[in-house]
Formats: sequence, structure tokens, C-alpha cells
Amino acid sequence: MQIFDAAIIGAGIVGAACAAALSREKLKVVVIDAYGPATGTTAAGMGHIVAMDDSEAQFALTNYSRKLWNALAEELPLECEYERCGTIWVATNEAEMDEARKKQDHYAAHGIEAEMLNTKALLEAEPNLAESLAGGLLVRGDSVVYQIGAAQYLLDKAVNLGAEVRIGGRAKKITKGRVELMGGEIIAAEHIINAAGAAASELSPQLKIVKRKGHLVITDRYNGFIRHQLIELGYLRSAHGRDADSVAFNVQPRKTGQILLGSSRQFGAETNEIDTAIVRRMTARAFEYMPRMKRLSVIRTWTGFRPATPDNLPYIGKIPGFEKVYAAAGHEGLGITTSLGTAELLAAEILGRRPAISPEPYSPSRNITQH
Amino acid sequence: MSRAAADILIVGGGPAGLAAASAAARHGGLSVTILDNNPFFGGQIWRPQTGIARSARARRLFKEIDEKAVTIIRNAEVFAAEADDRLIAQTPAGRIDLKFEQLVLATGARERFLPFPGWALPNVMGAGGLQALVKCGLNVAGKRVVVAGTGPLLLAVGEYLRSKGALVAAIVEQANSASVYRFARGMLRSPAKLFQAAALRAKLIGIPYLADSWVTAAELARSPIRNGFAPDASGREGTLSVMFSRKGKPETIECDYLACGYHLVPNIELAGLLGCEVVDGHVAADEFQKTSIPNIFCAGEPTGIGGVEKALIEGEIAGLAASGHKDKASVLLPRANEARRFADSLNAAFALRDELKTLADDSTIVCRCEDVQYGKLKEFDNWRSAKLQARCGMGPCQGRVCGAAAEFLFGWKTGSVRPPIFPVRSEDL
Ligand SMILES: Cc1cc2nc3c(=O)[nH]c(=O)nc-3n(C[C@H](O)[C@H](O)[C@H](O)COP(=O)(O)OP(=O)(O)OC[C@H]3O[C@@H](n4cnc5c(N)ncnc54)[C@H](O)[C@@H]3O)c2cc1C
Ligand SMILES: Cc1cc2nc3c(=O)[nH]c(=O)nc-3n(C[C@H](O)[C@H](O)[C@H](O)COP(=O)(O)OP(=O)(O)OC[C@H]3O[C@@H](n4cnc5c(N)ncnc54)[C@H](O)[C@@H]3O)c2cc1C
Repeated sequence: MQIFDAAIIGAGIVGAACAAALSREKLKVVVIDAYGPATGTTAAGMGHIVAMDDSEAQFALTNYSRKLWNALAEELPLECEYERCGTIWVATNEAEMDEARKKQDHYAAHGIEAEMLNTKALLEAEPNLAESLAGGLLVRGDSVVYQIGAAQYLLDKAVNLGAEVRIGGRAKKITKGRVELMGGEIIAAEHIINAAGAAASELSPQLKIVKRKGHLVITDRYNGFIRHQLIELGYLRSAHGRDADSVAFNVQPRKTGQILLGSSRQFGAETNEIDTAIVRRMTARAFEYMPRMKRLSVIRTWTGFRPATPDNLPYIGKIPGFEKVYAAAGHEGLGITTSLGTAELLAAEILGRRPAISPEPYSPSRNITQH
Repeated sequence: MSRAAADILIVGGGPAGLAAASAAARHGGLSVTILDNNPFFGGQIWRPQTGIARSARARRLFKEIDEKAVTIIRNAEVFAAEADDRLIAQTPAGRIDLKFEQLVLATGARERFLPFPGWALPNVMGAGGLQALVKCGLNVAGKRVVVAGTGPLLLAVGEYLRSKGALVAAIVEQANSASVYRFARGMLRSPAKLFQAAALRAKLIGIPYLADSWVTAAELARSPIRNGFAPDASGREGTLSVMFSRKGKPETIECDYLACGYHLVPNIELAGLLGCEVVDGHVAADEFQKTSIPNIFCAGEPTGIGGVEKALIEGEIAGLAASGHKDKASVLLPRANEARRFADSLNAAFALRDELKTLADDSTIVCRCEDVQYGKLKEFDNWRSAKLQARCGMGPCQGRVCGAAAEFLFGWKTGSVRPPIFPVRSEDL
């Protein structure tokens, strides 16, 4: 039987990034996915590449990953639609302007340029925003990417370096050096990486991952209607909170001219159907920030499941109690961004190299205190 | 936003929906509402452009509906459902929530298009599509038209265009002549169809009907004068050269318009959204037109393409059954069965031949909303991957055109319906 250097379970953005990084390091990699590349949460998300400062650890990983994306952008093909459009954190009042200033200071301390916009500057940057808004914080270095194309690109890159991709086999069990598939087939590999996204804890119950449902809405093409990813400053409260349902204004310009409108967060909703009440809360929220959005034509809505952990940080690294079995899962609403950083941290751990940022906060053996 | 409620709600104002409305209101006592996404009722066949339907049967149904005080909502497009007793429609005046006790889905069908090189050129359109444009005022008098594709619709369209002064250069039918002949002979058994067929034949004298033939490509003719065919008065360029295979041999024909449609595809999105069982692309219904959901009925093309007779009788049965008059509906069942037998022979006679799968070349666009070419689609082995990676079917038509083509070309299952089933203003969502 062939023994791979590394078997990766999951061909979402995270598994694809790990496959590309490990193949680059000359490991013989196999990627297993039950359905196909980028068909899980990766298919459902928004591809915002963003520095996010909910916690120091989250900031470190997103900031590091963002640099990796900006470097990768050089080689990404056109279909990946990588666009350095920047983010504007939109403030509705003075209190939020203060929050924006704090964010600016924090970013500046870590070498990320961000500039404050007053109402006038905000409306110049985004003429369709409401005139009643207080201003915002513009972070130029953030980007958007068509994450499905990017996942495929990373996977292709791995394949060109010798990786194998096996579609259709569902992993049932991981034991030392072996992945057992549903049909009974065994795949042998020295290192095994669980990158099964929201399903990762089915294979590794040590990982505490639950599904956090999100809805998205996409419009027809309106080129130039918005120019930056626009997020309300209250977004982190929605993302961070553990309340049942929350919505936040979060819109994204696609290269096609379409506008992607998010986002909602729901715990305990396990089926993928559209909840019209939630969608209406999302659009209502968006209209408060962007009244002219009311007239735009919506062509589709869909849902996806963020793989959420109790402390909103992913699991990256060795799973306690197992030899050479690793986690790369639980990236919640930031997995497109943090996939690249995750892959590098994991590669460093497997190869025994010094990681670029401290991996401890993401270790599966960390003591998780829900915050 | 406004609200409305009805004991019986009917979606679709074509023959099936109109027959359902009239039957549901016939015995009184229940409120009946019918809505359609067009300004005029009548569906694909009877929709008048002037507001006055010409068919006598249509006029009779309109009169019955009027007398029984059926509520008519025009320009209302159902795009979503809520709970299990409400539909949501978009109108020019905003959203309406429609509550119902019993629902009849009579959403009809659309044309099927198959991609071939040149199918996206201007002046190449659907057969029913060109007919609709002419009904809206496009002048085809003196224009040369080729009608192509498959199905009886081609005859109806050819005849219609001719009545509007077009020179119908040919009807190009992909089905083989033996099955067309068998079908026509079958048609003769039913008196109504006998009449139809005869009328058509009479009027069609002089229009070459080419079976075993299909369009392989279209391009803008280099010179507008070829084969002795003169350009129109304006000397406009852009006349088409249509290449087709006729009994296995390539031929070319020049024309101003190519009207090309490959039979019809049922509109089952709303039924799918509501969770009605769908089998082989059709809504499953029992003999009383009841779907797998007890208070939802379905009539006309969505239960199987079968034309106006089937739509009328199924609509009437659905309307009677939904209003609690199954006994009265029972006597109609034999006629419905006959209409369905006709539908079966229709669909068998005009089944698509495999050669049509090979017309597109790598650069032929299959998804016109997102400009996805055939060569790109070939790389995938299922619809979902093609959607995600190449964005096929992700545009405003929501895959209505390319989905049906992909099902035929690649044998993919396109399923999965999500609201909104039609694009909708975000404030109405
Ligand atoms: C609405 C929404 C908006 C988002 N917006 C953003 C954003 O703007 N920016 C951002 O950075 N992130 C965003 N995210 C988050 C991001 O999409 C996810 O964090 C990321 O896609 C997770 O990737 P993954 O590879 O871990 O999981 P997945 O993409 O789910 O991949 C896991 C794969 O594993 C396979 N699998 C699972 N179990 C098995 C098994 N037993 N055997 C074989 N295969 C298996 C699945 O088929 C799947 O393909 C958003 C998410 C949502 C839902
Ligand atoms: C383009 C075209 C042209 C045709 N021309 C002819 C012809 O010339 N002669 C002929 O014999 N047959 C013709 N047919 C066939 C003809 O449509 C059928 O035989 C017959 O009309 C079927 O009746 P129906 O009531 O089932 O469907 P339809 O007549 O299709 O009626 C369905 C109605 O429901 C509406 N609708 C659908 N979904 C919604 C929604 N979600 N919300 C609101 N309204 C909705 C549609 O717009 C339509 O008005 C044509 C078909 C097509 C597609």
C-alpha cells in the first residue's frame, strides 16, 4: 500500500491551502473530500480578506494571512478576482467614531495603515451610503477574492507538485497513520490533517466545533455601486456575541459588478434552508446604511455554516492524544482569510521549523475558556 | 407591502390557471384569486397584446371568471413562500403576501434552447420568442424567417409569422419524419386535433417542412445578397446565414431571423420551492391534480408538456378538486387521460436526438448571463461544480436557459431551488 507523507481530509479553502504548502515542502500529499473541492462552507462564504481585531490572537493570524494573500495575489489567475478594494468600517455616531479611532491606533501599532474618514470623505468614497452616517475607517490593504476559484487554484498548485486529490470518499475514522473511509478503504499517511471544516469534530471529538449558520444575498450587476467592502463597526459585536441570532451590515463589491450582502449569524440552525425573516433583517439593516440599495435586484440567496469554536479561534496543530494527527479547522467567519496562515503554521509544525507567529493560541490542546 | 387572502389561490393565468379559476368559482361560496406575472392574462398561447383575447375559448373563460367575481392580480410574480400557507409576490407597487387555503400551480412552461455556434447573434431567438416579439409590435412583413428546433410549436409559430406577412423560408424540424408522421396520424384520431392539424396543413402550404434536419450554426452573412435573396430596403447588413443538416447533408439558407426552440421545459421552480415532489423534471400529481402536498394542486405544462388541451382539462379538474367538488371532477378524468396520452406521444415523437449534443464548439457560450463557454463546462462533471467554479447559471436568469441545456448536453441534474425564484427588488425580498 502506498504511504503518503500527509493525508488531508477536506478540500475546502483550508485543506487546499495546506495541500499547497505541504506539497511545496516536497511532501507527498493526498487530499480527500466527500463531495468535491470547495463545496462546503468555502462555497458559501464571502471572500473578504481582512485584518480583524476581535482578539490579539485573531489579529495576529489575520494580519499574517493577509500578507500571505497579498503575496499570492501576484500569481492568482484572473478567475480568482482578487481585488485590493480595501475595507471601510462604517460609523453611525460619535461613539463609533471613537471606536474607529481606537481601531486605527491599534492597526497603526501593528503596521497596518488605516485612515479616518469624516462624513464627507465617506460619501466621496462611497456615494451610495446614507448621508446621516458619522464617518468611517478605511483600511486600504484588505481585499476580496473569489474564494472558490482560489481554493481550486491552491489545489491545482498542489496537484502540479505531485499531490493527489480523491473525491467521493468520506473519511470515517482517523487512527495513527491511517484514514479509514466509509467504504472500508484505508489511506495510509505519516501525517494526517483534519481540515473537515464544520464536520471536523465528527472525526476528532476533541475539537469543539459547532455550526454557525449564515445567510448571503447577491444582486444583479451594478458596477461601481459600491467600491470597498463595507462593514458596520458593530460587526464584531455580532461576530463575537454568542446570542442566538444576529445580523450586521456587511457588503462586498464583486468584480462582476454584483453586490454580495451579508451577514447573519445563527447558532442551533442545522438545516440549510433560507429563513426569510433573517434575510429581511439583513436587508433592513443594509437599507439603514444604504437606502438606495432598496431598488437593486436580488438574484439569489443562500446559506452556509461557519465552523465555530468556543473562543472564536481556529484549531491549528497537533491534536492531543494522537501522534501526528493535526487539526486545521474551526475558522468560523474568517477561514478564507486565515487559510494561508493556517497552512504555514501547520507546515512549520510538521517540518519542525520556526513559525512566523506564535502558534500557541490556536493549539488544539489550549485551555479553552469561552469568552 | 400589502396582504391578500383567498380560499383558493391560482398562480399562472394561462389556459390551465384560467380553467382552474373558472372551475373553482363555479359552485360559489369560496373566494378565488388568480395572479400572473404579465399585464395580460392568457398565458403563452392566449396572451393578447391589445388586451382582447382572440380565441373564443379564452373569451369564454375570461367571461366566466368575471361573472364569478374571481379576483385577478396582474403583474404579480411569485418569488418566495413563507410558512406553508403564504406566497410572496412582487408587483410594480411593492410586495404582496398572499395567504391561501388551497393552491393551484399553473405556472406553464418556457422554451428550451440548445447552444450552437451563433445562437447568441442578434436576430437569432426562440421560436415562441420571435412570436412574442411580433405580438408586441415587431414588424416581420417581407422578412425571411427560418423556424427551427423541434415540436408542434414550430408549426404554430410558422403559421403565425406567415399570417403577419413573413416569408417563412423553412421549418427545420430535428425529429425524424417517421415519428412526425406517426404523431400526426395519432393526432387525427381526436376531432379537435384533426381540425387543428388540417387547418395548419392548409395554411402551411408553401412552407417547406424539413424533418430530420437541424441547425448546426448561424453567422452573419458576409454579403446580404446571396442565393438571389435581396436585402431589405434599408440595405441593412446583418442578414443571417443558417447552416443546417438536412437528412445528413449540410445546407445553408439565408434569412433575416432565425427562430429556434427545442420544445418546452416545465416551470417547476415554484413547486420545487414549496416542496412538491418532482419526478423526471415534472411535478408529480394524482388524478385530481393533487401534488404530494395535500392542499397544493398543479395543472398544465408543469405536470408534463402537453399543450393547451391538457392544460385546460387539468386546470378544470384542479379547480373543481380544490374547491371540494371531486365528484364533478371525476367525470372529466377520461378526457384528462386522453390529453396525457396525447402528451406522451407528443414528447416521444419530438424527443431530442443525440446529434444535438455535439453542435456547440468550445467557444460557444452556453450560459449567456455569465458568458460561460462550452469548452469550460466540459471540464466539470456535475452542475454544482460548474456553477461554483465557472458560475454557470449564476446570473439573473437563474439557470433557466443554461440549466435545461446542461441537463440535455451533459445529463446533469440541476435541481436545488432557493428563494427568490425570480430576481426581486431587495426592498420586496
Ligand atoms: C456567510 C458566510 C460568510 C463568510 N465570509 C467570509 C469572509 O468574508 N472572509 C473569510 O475569511 N471567511 C468568511 N467565511 C468563513 C469561511 O467561509 C470559512 O471559515 C471557510 O470556508 C472554512 O473552510 P474549511 O476549508 O475549513 O471548510 P469547508 O469549506 O467546509 O471544507 C471542509 C471540506 O471537508 C469535507 N469533509 C467534511 N467531512 C469530511 C469527511 N468525513 N470525509 C471527507 N471529506 C469531508 C467537506 O466536503 C468540505 O469540502 C464566511 C462564512 C460564511 C458561512
Ligand atoms: C414561448 C411560448 C410560445 C408558445 N406559443 C404557442 C402557440 O403559439 N400555440 C400553441 O398552441 N401553443 C403555444 N405554446 C404552448 C402553450 O404555452 C401551452 O400549450 C399552453 O399555453 C399551456 O398552458 P399553461 O396554462 O399550462 O401554461 P402557460 O400558458 O405557460 O401559462 C403559465 C402562466 O403562468 C405565469 N407564471 C409562471 N410562473 C409564475 C410566477 N411564479 N408568478 C406569476 N406568474 C407566473 C406565466 O408567465 C404564464 O403567463 C407556447 C409556449 C411557449 C413557452
